[in-house]
Amino acid sequence: MTDVPLLSALDMARFTARGFLRFDAVVPDEINAQFLAEAGQAKPPEPGRKMLGTYMELLANSGVPEVPPGVPLSSAYPQGSALQRLLDLPLVKGAIQSLVGADPVFDHHFLHVTFPPAYYEAGGGEHVSQHTHQDSTVDPQAGFDLQIMYYPHKVTREMGGTRFVPGTHLRKVSEVALGRYQNIAGQQHMVCEAGTLLFLHNGLWHGGGVNHSDRTRTMFKIRMSPTQPQVRRFDLSTLPAEPAERPIFFVKRFLPESVEAILMTPEPWFEQDTGRLEYVNRIKLWRHLTGDPAYDTDYWLTRLENPARAHA
Amino acid sequence: MPQRQKVLVLYLANSALDAPTVAWAEYDGTGETRRMAGDADAAPYRTGVDALKDGWRLFQAAQILPHARGEEFDLAYLKYEFFFEKIVETAG
Repeated sequence: MTDVPLLSALDMARFTARGFLRFDAVVPDEINAQFLAEAGQAKPPEPGRKMLGTYMELLANSGVPEVPPGVPLSSAYPQGSALQRLLDLPLVKGAIQSLVGADPVFDHHFLHVTFPPAYYEAGGGEHVSQHTHQDSTVDPQAGFDLQIMYYPHKVTREMGGTRFVPGTHLRKVSEVALGRYQNIAGQQHMVCEAGTLLFLHNGLWHGGGVNHSDRTRTMFKIRMSPTQPQVRRFDLSTLPAEPAERPIFFVKRFLPESVEAILMTPEPWFEQDTGRLEYVNRIKLWRHLTGDPAYDTDYWLTRLENPARAHA
Repeated sequence: MPQRQKVLVLYLANSALDAPTVAWAEYDGTGETRRMAGDADAAPYRTGVDALKDGWRLFQAAQILPHARGEEFDLAYLKYEFFFEKIVETAG
């Protein structure tokens, strides 16, 4: 039994299909204010001071601690700190437990600050958005790490926001090798209220938007890794015993929301043939997360795994 | 008059040039515009053929490659990449 609200099967299916879950304005204002005070603020722009110097000074003076990778997440932050209080929120604990288990290890964190034009006018450098990328490096494993992106203040569209592309997380790419793709159909920009959290599969394509406002934009990212297999960690009472029966292709009616309907929803950027392989890869991830190696929907893998066809 | 190259990259939904655009990028050798990641949520052309109609010249298209045995389900980069150019004269 657990005393935190675990994710439902439908939310797990959404994460499986799209690679993210978004929770708007769930961190209390008091924690947001505490975090911004602890994280510190960049000094105002000064003629001749370069961006790197401004950033390094901000990190050096920040109250957020340095933490080595591989320590238990539960020991990464001092008790009473804003980040520990955030991680102790029942919604956050439940989502972490559902996705990477109750005892993940800390991988890394970073204070992402995006600067307004005045800093570039004063110190040089080109004021542009970050190339779209996938974090870390090529990752062929079945499971995943969880990245929490925390927005401690309101983010407007003018401030850029984190850009991300739903459904890209199952592609095995090498970091910013995909930087050539400036814009992708269906991309989203994190415009949100203070205290919003974005839970990301580590494979999701994303990048920082350019900040055209007159104030800095702050986002804090924490990456964590499971210590146990990511199998059946969510609220199993919400998992149907059998997949919803669904007709395929020849369909006469709108089909109700279900795990299967979520897994079979395409993204606007899907190519027509590889979109079907995206479905296959979602089914494979769902098999992993539910511990059900025979799971299928819409006959994609049943067709390919027909034992009668296995022998020449 | 000196000439400069403008480059348009379209990613289409299949290997046909008249397939819908799913991703795109533009690079401007004249320096008049500075396109960047995330700067447009709508594609500049509905299909590759629409870009041709607007004067873009196709100079490279992705090959259609067979799938390596055992890796048939592996996905990585966008598959149907088309490079277009416009050569424009500039003031110098």
